[in-house]
Amino acid sequence: MTPVQRTVTKTVIALIGMVCFTIALVPLYDVFCQITGLNGKVASQAQPIISEEVDTSRYVTVQFITRTGSGLPWRLEPLDRQVRVHPGQSYKVLFAFTNYGDEARRGRAVPSVSPSEASLHLRKVTCFCFQEQRLEAGEHLRLPVVFQLTTDLPESVHTVTLAYTLYPAANNPTLGERAMPAQGGDA
Amino acid sequence: MRKVLVLAVMVVAIAGLQRNALASDWNMPVGVTEISRSVYSLHMLIFWICVVIGVVVFGAMFYSLFRYRRSKGAKAAHFHEHTTVEVFWTTIPLLILVAMAVPATATLKEMYDTSESDLDVLITGHQWRWQYEYLGEGVSFFSNLSTPSAQIEGEAPKDEHYLLEVDQPLVLPVDRKVRFLTTSADVIHSWWVPAFAVKKDAMPGFINEAWTRIEEPGIYRGQCAELCGRNHGFMPVVVHAMEQDDFDAWLAERKQQAASAANSVDREWKMDELMAQGEKVYSTICAACHQAEGQGLPPTFPALAGNQALMDDLEKHIGVVLNGVSETAMPAFSGTLNPVDIAAVITYERNAWGNETGDVIQPSDIQARLSSE
Amino acid sequence: MAPKLPPKAPLEHGNSITGGASAHEGEHHYRSGPLRWLLTTNHKEIGTLYLIFSLSMFMVGGIMALVVRLELFQPGLQMVQPEFFNQMTTMHGLIMIFGAVMPGFVGLANWMVPLQVGAPDMALPRLNNFSFWLLPIAFVLLLSTLLMPGGGPNFGWTSYAPLSTTYAPPSTTFFIFSLHMAGISSILGAINIIATILNLRAPGMRLMDMTLFVWTWLITAFLLIAVMPVLAGVLTMMLLDINFGTSFFNAAGGGDPVLFQHLFWFFGHPEVYIMILPAFGIVSVIVPTFARKPLFGYSSMVYATASIAVLSFTVWAHHMFSVGLPLVAELFFMYATMLIAVPTGVKVFNWIATLFRGSITFETAMLFALAFIVLFSIGGFSGLMLAIAPADFQYHDTYFVVAHFHYVLVPGAVFSIMAAVYYWLPKWTGHYPDERLGRWHFWLSVIGVNLLFFPMHFAGLAGMPRRIPDYALQFADFNMASSIGGFLFGFSQLLFIWVIVKCVRGGVKAPARSWDGATDLEWTVPSPAPLHTFETPPDMRRIES
Repeated sequence: MTPVQRTVTKTVIALIGMVCFTIALVPLYDVFCQITGLNGKVASQAQPIISEEVDTSRYVTVQFITRTGSGLPWRLEPLDRQVRVHPGQSYKVLFAFTNYGDEARRGRAVPSVSPSEASLHLRKVTCFCFQEQRLEAGEHLRLPVVFQLTTDLPESVHTVTLAYTLYPAANNPTLGERAMPAQGGDA
Repeated sequence: MRKVLVLAVMVVAIAGLQRNALASDWNMPVGVTEISRSVYSLHMLIFWICVVIGVVVFGAMFYSLFRYRRSKGAKAAHFHEHTTVEVFWTTIPLLILVAMAVPATATLKEMYDTSESDLDVLITGHQWRWQYEYLGEGVSFFSNLSTPSAQIEGEAPKDEHYLLEVDQPLVLPVDRKVRFLTTSADVIHSWWVPAFAVKKDAMPGFINEAWTRIEEPGIYRGQCAELCGRNHGFMPVVVHAMEQDDFDAWLAERKQQAASAANSVDREWKMDELMAQGEKVYSTICAACHQAEGQGLPPTFPALAGNQALMDDLEKHIGVVLNGVSETAMPAFSGTLNPVDIAAVITYERNAWGNETGDVIQPSDIQARLSSE
Repeated sequence: MAPKLPPKAPLEHGNSITGGASAHEGEHHYRSGPLRWLLTTNHKEIGTLYLIFSLSMFMVGGIMALVVRLELFQPGLQMVQPEFFNQMTTMHGLIMIFGAVMPGFVGLANWMVPLQVGAPDMALPRLNNFSFWLLPIAFVLLLSTLLMPGGGPNFGWTSYAPLSTTYAPPSTTFFIFSLHMAGISSILGAINIIATILNLRAPGMRLMDMTLFVWTWLITAFLLIAVMPVLAGVLTMMLLDINFGTSFFNAAGGGDPVLFQHLFWFFGHPEVYIMILPAFGIVSVIVPTFARKPLFGYSSMVYATASIAVLSFTVWAHHMFSVGLPLVAELFFMYATMLIAVPTGVKVFNWIATLFRGSITFETAMLFALAFIVLFSIGGFSGLMLAIAPADFQYHDTYFVVAHFHYVLVPGAVFSIMAAVYYWLPKWTGHYPDERLGRWHFWLSVIGVNLLFFPMHFAGLAGMPRRIPDYALQFADFNMASSIGGFLFGFSQLLFIWVIVKCVRGGVKAPARSWDGATDLEWTVPSPAPLHTFETPPDMRRIES
């Protein structure tokens, strides 16, 4: 190999390395978010409750916000807008799902936690957000979230906000309205 | 000749700037919160440090340029390094940076304070309006730009608060810690009020928080700070800060209004009532995308006028307005508009601009669709 | 109009080519007309092509900027509708960054790197031809999106998802494709430059003997290799999200729009330095020439450049202070960003120490280089202010940021390219550029650029967000001043074209060493540089002694 070929080979290897690194950044980012709580992301799988002594000296307000994104005729409401909890204790809250549309649909609730410092200390045993939900037309459903705030939650955090945004599940077979903008555009 | 031109430009510049000195500020507002004041003093501190460094550095430069001109007979020296000097001008900036970082860190920590708040407001960015929800109070409303389009198009003189006025401002109490939770229904927006030094991005599907404690009653204006599409420049933020008593009265009145709106759902509405209400709703909510005459802006925003596919399918029309269309700019209005407004706007769209379907949609019908069982 | 070509090498010169050096030469010598330009593998001709392309894109992007400034001349919507305005701001950014500044620097590298290291040509001449011709194709495609239904890209050059994915116009796929092509062109160019610098240096030339321009380009080329794949990756994810139903950036499918910003700025911040490091190199070459004194602190300049490049990978999230990062992240990115001021400061101090006790003259090239030092420093100061995270909450996405990066890029990067053109025109054409016209061009540009960008600081501090087609009344005077400055700056560039055309056609003949203070290797070959130079490499050991 000539020196030029050697240099080019090394440069191309570095280039391929950067391409692989870029692809790896996507899963790395998710891991990083879950380790640091960046962007208020929480684990998307059930976590076991840590058995630890309940810190009864301290109350934290946990607030629930629910929203529905476009394209899903569903309503999601927490039965309690907020609860006062002791760190260490596990709690169960119920959420009411309603499909007021006239066909069965699948939807998915995307969680987000604020402040992001709290997301590391929020453990969820049960959550409807772990998987897609399917509701028949007109169906009404109550689903629980069982969660625990760990006792090492920073002292400065007094309120934890847990937001769920409902989106139509991907590859939804009944996404009939997708045709809508195209038709409108032709008109 | 050259001097004349330079002079002319300078005169234009100075004249322009002087007029401005009378009209408004040149600098960051000091604001009406503790945080905004610390941000302001931080800004001024760094600014003056930069000015001093600039004077020293540019002073040395212009001295050299003036003193060592060849036209004045300067002979070049030949030194090209000096370790002591180089170490010196690497360490001095480091020390200056540390001096800047200390107050900056303190202010930043204050901004991230998470102590208990007195009022929580959920701010949702929409293309192109803000929605404010007072958490736990059951009060929620849109805040739309209220500058008439005639002023924007230059057909009418512009008001003092051109582009910075809304139909319903966010009302907040003074001397209370208010927590803002921001999120978005579509693209990324950014909620910004300079007087509070609060700017927080509103992310679809995610939630962010910020806080403020306003110290003086008044009206504070800001704008969306993140490019969010066509009307990014037309979604101002207006905050009306008032004393706690006034705020309580205002909140009670809002609740009253919501209750009476709920009552009016059940009665039978006449076509012309619905059309009048629908036109109002259409022009504040829908016209930004679908345009004043329903002509739309294809391919992104479909036309409504003469949209035969839509006119033939009432069910779909209602469904789209209630639930939006995923992956497009069409939001779901079931949670943000009341049944009266939804019924009115659908009736209006089906009977305006030559869409003469004659359909009348009753608020009670919309209400029935939204209630389960 | 096409500039006059450098005279072709005399035949006997061609015959003297020995061994491998002639492998890539040959038939194009006998071609003429367009085919010669299409197939050329000569670094000087390709350099010229890059520079002409860069200048034309500078004009196209400039016209778009003038559309923007015209609309912003007064409050209200007069000239264009908001969607077209957004397309203009987006296209202006894309064209200036990927079409004007980067190809401008690549063109200078093509011309000057082989001349400054004593190489006969670039290491990979045919690849060089390919990487150039990708660019016109990419930009014709990019410009054609303006004519497509729904218009061109309208989401800002940063193309934040989901505005650039779910909510983007249908032409976005073409935008992605054209940026891919421009990115491939940059990567190939970077590989070529690295291979040339590392392998084709004249015998006896050590790395620490190279000019600063070659050094900064070497580091820039490594930056390009490192971050262009990231841009390609993020664009591909956009493409998948738009056309194949994935959800990298779509919260509805479990994705995250903030991921886009992290990836984009991981590319974007080094990209900023890609556009400024070669400028440092140019200024570090021009200032010693006209101060007639060696560059002060050569080795600290090299180390400063390298540390800026390394630091550029650790600061990306300072573009994202308001997206809701945790406190620790904000602090980390604030400190890292502030740290960049140190090596940048060292550079400015070194330039001034080079001027100190020199014997200074003020040719146009020097004027542009001096204006670069002052105005780039102003951009650096506002950059330092922007680094302060709590204050950035007030500056972010306002005209203060617009003022900052235009100070860094226009009187920064663009002025350095202009300085380089004035500096090397005698070498390229054999004639000195017209000094009188050059001075007119310089002074009109300096006044125009400051009138254009300085008031933007005030508009931003007073609260004007960026990327808006219409604004509140308190910003009116600042905007009017900016627009006047914009037109002054824009139209004075016609003078620049005139100077270049005039210089190509004739003028005072320049000797091989066109500037009496110039010491680098390119000044040992005749002016204009013949098509083939350094076929017998100069022996640096001999020259030194």
